[in-house]
Amino acid sequence: MKISMDIELKDIPGQLVQALKPVSDLGGNIISVLHQRDRKTASGRVPVQLVFEMEERRLDRLVEKLKAEGMHVVSIGKERLKDSMVVILIGHIVHSDIRDTIEKIDSTGFAEVVGLSLSMPGVDKKSSAALVLSAIGKKELKEALRILEATASKKGIMVISPI
Amino acid sequence: MRAEEKTKTKIVRISIVGFGHVGSGVAEVVMRKHDEILRKHGLDLQIVGIADLKGTIIDEAGLSGDEIVRFRAGRALKTEVDVDMSSLELIREIEHEVMVEATPTNVTNGEPGLTHIITALKSDRHVVTSNKGPLALEYRKLMELAERKGREIRFEATVGGAMPLISLIRENLAGNGIISIKGILNGTCNYILTRMTNENLPYEHVLREAQEIGIAETDPSKDVKGIDTAVKLVILANSVFGIDATYRDVKVRGITEITPDALKLAKDAGYAIKLIGDVDIDGQLEVTPRLVPVSDPLNVGGTLNVATIRTDLAGDITVIGKGAGSIEAASAILSDIIAIYS
Repeated sequence: MKISMDIELKDIPGQLVQALKPVSDLGGNIISVLHQRDRKTASGRVPVQLVFEMEERRLDRLVEKLKAEGMHVVSIGKERLKDSMVVILIGHIVHSDIRDTIEKIDSTGFAEVVGLSLSMPGVDKKSSAALVLSAIGKKELKEALRILEATASKKGIMVISPI
Repeated sequence: MRAEEKTKTKIVRISIVGFGHVGSGVAEVVMRKHDEILRKHGLDLQIVGIADLKGTIIDEAGLSGDEIVRFRAGRALKTEVDVDMSSLELIREIEHEVMVEATPTNVTNGEPGLTHIITALKSDRHVVTSNKGPLALEYRKLMELAERKGREIRFEATVGGAMPLISLIRENLAGNGIISIKGILNGTCNYILTRMTNENLPYEHVLREAQEIGIAETDPSKDVKGIDTAVKLVILANSVFGIDATYRDVKVRGITEITPDALKLAKDAGYAIKLIGDVDIDGQLEVTPRLVPVSDPLNVGGTLNVATIRTDLAGDITVIGKGAGSIEAASAILSDIIAIYS
């Protein structure tokens, strides 16, 4: 999972390294570090913005470690589903159990249906829908599309995906 | 020394087999551009024979414009150029350098084009064709035969009409590895989807309209079911990627199920729906409706064709052009004829 974290360090040498070490010790992968020396807080601390990938269950341990080093953890932002895609569906979308179709994606744990617009022109006519899929990464998004295509194919629904 | 004295003029005798839209377009441009091609390329193009279901006309000294127009109109006058000769006899027996094969595409067995092309190569003629069937079915066999006979077979007109694609890749992009080609290779489908989107009209309505104005054929299935696009992909797979693919290797889905609602939902999300043909270096061949971002160069409207070539050195290159039409296809054929001698 991608995590962004705002921390505040004491303005003494070596603090930044000490803040980053526990992230890598816990298997995290640092994506970006913004060290803002020129924007000190009222109490004279240096704000640092970190973005990293790490397993969610290790996050509490990281916060403990940082606090033990005397750092302030100001905020933690989790951005679980970072990649999205729009797909269009055409067919008997509702009557082929749309709940089941969505559940097939949501139950993966790595992808979800986060948006749905539906257009139903008439009872016996085919419906059209725009579905927004989100997943934790590009690979997972592709897999979610594959699952959707397989499910739709069984139900006679056509899936139109982006190039 | 003056320029025209430097280049020796070469007489290139041409036969045209199949005299519908494309064949007669070729005759027209060969006549119209004769002097210009002579001046620029030193080629004196002469049409020495034309054959189709109506019959055959020949003149080893070159047919005149009048004779060709008269033949096109249905041989109203019987003159000495009318001969009782089959297309195969014309190809075999009349001395010429280039046979232009422009009979209709048949993807079941490639005939009559396949036999015409084989006969021409065996008779030591170069071949330039707009006929997709023989290439989609027997690409390798035809190339091997051409190689054995030391003759060329060129087919730019089969994919994308006037839009340069095959020679662009082979000549101008030589040295680049081609990773994938994706694009809109059927103008009829593009017209139908564009019009459905703009006017919010159902598929059947727009199809009938397209048939009335001659953009869709009476039997539109080859276009709208994606078969035409698939055949073009097979030609690209063979000629650009060296993949020994046939029509059966292509995953095909057409545009017949697309609804105006789907087009609107796509538009609201920032996309257009287009019938995209996609072939890549791994041999994946697919024709299916796809969402194309409205800002993408592949998002062209009307009857236009477009292709994005992904290369390892030059990045993405996109070409847009008229995919169909008599003079447009003739343009590609004329370029192929000139390329044989340059």
